[in-house]
Amino acid sequence: MDFAFTPEHEELRQTIRRFLQDRSPEAVVRRTMVTEQGYERDTWQAMAEQLGLPGLLVPDHLGGTGLGAVELAIAFEEMGRALLCAPMLSTAVLAVSALREAARTEVQEELLPALATGQKTAALAWAEPGNVWEPQQIRMKAARAGKGWTLSGEKVAVIDGHTADELLVVARAGKALSLFRVAGEADGVQRALLPTLDLTRKLARVTFTKARAEQIAASEDVSEALARVFYLALIALAAEQTGGAQYCLEMSTQHAKTRWQFGRPIGSFQAIKHRCADMLVAVEFAKSAAYHAAFRAAEQDAAELPVAARMAKAYCSEAFFQVANDTIQVHGGMGFTWEHPAHLYFKRAKSSALLFGDPIHHRERLAALIGV
Amino acid sequence: MSQYRSMSEEELRERVRRLKAEVHPDQTDMFTFRGAQYDHGLAWVHFPEGYGGLGINPKMQAIVNDELRKDVRTVYDDLMINPIGIGMGAPTLMTYGSEELKRALLRKCFTGEEIWCQLFSEPGAGSDVAGLATRAVRDGDDWVVNGQKVWTTLAHVAKWGLLVARTNPDVPKHEGLSYFLLDMHSPGVEVRPLYQITGEAEFNEVFLNDVRIPHRYMLGQEGQGWQVAITTLMNERTALGGGAGQRGGGPIAVLLQLWSARAAGSHSPGEEAVLRDRIARLYIESELLRLTSLRARAMMRAGNPGPEGSVGKLAQAELYKKIWECAMDVLGDNALVYEPGYELRRPAAEERRDKVLLAKYQFLRSRANSIEGGTSEIMRNILGERVLGLPGEPRSDKGIPWKDIPRGG
Repeated sequence: MDFAFTPEHEELRQTIRRFLQDRSPEAVVRRTMVTEQGYERDTWQAMAEQLGLPGLLVPDHLGGTGLGAVELAIAFEEMGRALLCAPMLSTAVLAVSALREAARTEVQEELLPALATGQKTAALAWAEPGNVWEPQQIRMKAARAGKGWTLSGEKVAVIDGHTADELLVVARAGKALSLFRVAGEADGVQRALLPTLDLTRKLARVTFTKARAEQIAASEDVSEALARVFYLALIALAAEQTGGAQYCLEMSTQHAKTRWQFGRPIGSFQAIKHRCADMLVAVEFAKSAAYHAAFRAAEQDAAELPVAARMAKAYCSEAFFQVANDTIQVHGGMGFTWEHPAHLYFKRAKSSALLFGDPIHHRERLAALIGV
Repeated sequence: MSQYRSMSEEELRERVRRLKAEVHPDQTDMFTFRGAQYDHGLAWVHFPEGYGGLGINPKMQAIVNDELRKDVRTVYDDLMINPIGIGMGAPTLMTYGSEELKRALLRKCFTGEEIWCQLFSEPGAGSDVAGLATRAVRDGDDWVVNGQKVWTTLAHVAKWGLLVARTNPDVPKHEGLSYFLLDMHSPGVEVRPLYQITGEAEFNEVFLNDVRIPHRYMLGQEGQGWQVAITTLMNERTALGGGAGQRGGGPIAVLLQLWSARAAGSHSPGEEAVLRDRIARLYIESELLRLTSLRARAMMRAGNPGPEGSVGKLAQAELYKKIWECAMDVLGDNALVYEPGYELRRPAAEERRDKVLLAKYQFLRSRANSIEGGTSEIMRNILGERVLGLPGEPRSDKGIPWKDIPRGG
């Protein structure tokens, strides 16, 4: 049971934090979130060139930095703090790990270098309408068309699905779960940007009508590989939530120290102070949950990973929501305005709590795993 | 750099083996064995030689305890034998006691021949313990003490009490206190059981009527009592703070067992779903309490202690209460029965092995988790002020003589 970050980890954290202070201050987040693309190309390029973030999980020989889940969690914690608008979750986590876990080697060799260097972005279309997040629940069926395949049906909550250069799709070939690649501009592919609760993360609905697809799965059934992708995505999101929660706590504490009412700082009132103390407990527990899961993933602890990842997603979702919600309350009327950033975190909190399955869903799965 | 001298793990283990060769715990009585352990400097290894220690780093006590456990049937647990004396009293005595007192008391404290108790809390001074009212007035070589103490564990069996009393009411509250070692067998000391929510009396009330304490039993200087008490209380927080434990262990393990053992059909599918969600949530929080404690330790080892260490007491208290509440809901109508009833008595050792009885008892007993050793409200103040740096509450007792502080009826 190890938890310890190394000095290199701390250095990575500081490097990313400085970069984001420079490239993703609140003004930039606000400017970017109202664009259709939802991220800035030059920032994405800089993230690739200066920090190697898009290729964090891509091996060295394919142009990546070859790091693992712990470094990924650190990056997401920092990006969550800064509410960074970038295709990290879609490209660097979902697409890269789907390719690494489930795609044939030659496909990896073709796509991963372009993703790692920031030349291309990619999206993984897997979730389906009706809260279908678990890979095992996927219903979409691929149909044989001569030597190839076609896809028909609807995929939802496709992160950056409207802009991605590469579209990867999870669907069934017969009964087996398989992975497909679809050209973004192919006939029969309709990509619609959705007006989202959280403006800082772009979601698309992708509709397929007999769209031609290339099967790229490394084996007949890639369910287990995709389960690992899913758990890693849960961990990245939990870390992002933890970073957002930590930043909300800092905003609230700062406000409670400097806002005066009734002749004293409002943080001297126990009603505010105790709310902040409860936020602190939630943030510390969230860190434990996210770090624990990241370390288990890095160790490829197959037995612990599902438990740790679901715990992290369930807990960090609620912790972030609690803290973001309380941040609005501590800021009073100010916290309800468009001008104050509290609502950006609040919307990110609720949206990320629902994304990839809500806390009730993951607690239900966890209950089964621990025999309850 | 370090105040402790260095000793290799192997040498320390060898010393424990020599102790066991001389007196084996399976073949001697407790007092004899632990007396020898004290004489070998293996009682509190960080204490100086001649006082039950070797002057080495306190972390090395774990090595001693580990070696003591090897190849024996008899293992003594300090916290069972004399928790307040060994855990809190001895460090205080070591820091502030006279040579005479250390020589007279430390050895019997460790062997368990003399049990200790702590006389701090009063009916009028709970969270605000520095506002206590028990008076000590100097009379020749003695102090004459009058007052009432409460929530005193082990007072009914104790030989020594760690007593804080007010020696000067004319100065601000923290400045007028002094700290004494009280011989609990002195005339004027009356101990009465204090029956609690469970019907049992784990604790006592202690009445002090014209009790005489020789001046040489004062620890620290007159008026220094608060500072001495802090030494004692620091050791209490360490003793109560969230322990790491095993995965799925502790109260959550009992809840999971009760859930597994529920009668078929005792809950509808809808009710089962609600309860499963609650249990899963409590399981997660139990795990995160354990993991946060591990994380705190890792940060401590790295010389970088952070807020993760301070949240344990608050989080644990609130969590354990919720777990036992959930256990009652799992038991359903069975929890209407409280066996074996509320007999007003002292708690007996070795009881409540039965998980159902344990859960019902803990449902009641755990109410104190968020009160004892710092209420959850005080803990939130500490987190808010010391960790987050929020400003303190305006105080109506600051800088004024204790006797002029406003107090309710």
